[in-house]
Amino acid sequence: MIVPMGHILAFSGAMFLMGLACVLARRNLIMILIGVEIMLNAVGLTLAGASALWQKVDGQVFVIFLMAMTSAEVSISLAMVVYLRRRKGTVDANAFDGMKG
Amino acid sequence: MATILFYILAFTALAATAMCITRRNPVHAVIYLVNAFFALALLFFLLGAPLVAAWEVIIYAGAIMVLFLFIIMMLELAPHEERGGPGWLRWGPVLLLSLILLACTLLLMVLDPGGAAGVPSYYASPRVFGYALFRQYALAVEIVSFQLLFAAVGAFYVGKSEWGRRRKGGGR
Repeated sequence: MIVPMGHILAFSGAMFLMGLACVLARRNLIMILIGVEIMLNAVGLTLAGASALWQKVDGQVFVIFLMAMTSAEVSISLAMVVYLRRRKGTVDANAFDGMKG
Repeated sequence: MATILFYILAFTALAATAMCITRRNPVHAVIYLVNAFFALALLFFLLGAPLVAAWEVIIYAGAIMVLFLFIIMMLELAPHEERGGPGWLRWGPVLLLSLILLACTLLLMVLDPGGAAGVPSYYASPRVFGYALFRQYALAVEIVSFQLLFAAVGAFYVGKSEWGRRRKGGGR
C-alpha cells in the first residue's frame, strides 16, 4: 500500500459526504444527479483501495460493475429529467410534490 | 513519491468537488466535476488499477459528463446573464486545477514510463483482471449487460411516450 487504508477511507468518506450534501441541499435536478455521481465515485475509490489492501482483483471488478450500473442509472434519470421538464417546464425539485411526500 | 502524489491528487479532487457542489451554473459544476474525475483516475492508477483508471476517463469524464452537458444545453438550464466580477475569477480556479493535474500526469510519466514501478505493492495486470471478470464473475457480467439493455429500453420509453401524446394533438 502506498498510503494507509485509513487515509483512503477518510478521503472517500469526505467525498461521499460532499455528494450527500449536494443531493440534500441543492434543489436543481441536474445538481442532485451530479451529487449521486460524486457519491458513487467515492465508493469506487474505496473498492479500489480495498483491492490494493488485500491484494485481490475483486474490488476492481466491482468498480467496473459500479460504472456499468452508473451508466444505466444516468441514462434513465436524464431521460426522466427531460420528461419532467417537458411536463412542468422546470427542473426544480420542489415543483414535483404532487404526491405530497 | 507515489505517496506524495496521492495526497496532492486527493486534495485536488476534494477541492474540485467542493467547487462543483457550490456552483450555481450547472455547466461550471460539470467542468469542475470532470477535473475531479481526472484526479480520481490518477488515484486509481496509483492504487494499482490501470484499467479502471482508463475507464474512469473514458466512461465518466468522456461519456457521462458529456451526456450531462448535452442535457443541460438541450433544456437551456444554464443562466443567461453573466455575473459581475473579473473574468479570471470564473476560469482561474479550473485552470489551476487542470494545471495541477497535468503536472501530476507528466511527473508520473517521466518518473515511471513503464507504469508498473510506481505501484510497488499491487498491480492488477490486464490478464489477471480479464480472467477474474470473465471467468469468476461471468454471470454478473451477463446480468449487468441485461441491466444496460433494460435501461436503454426504459430511457427510450420515457422519451417516446411524450412524443406520441403530442403528435396525437392531446397532451399538455
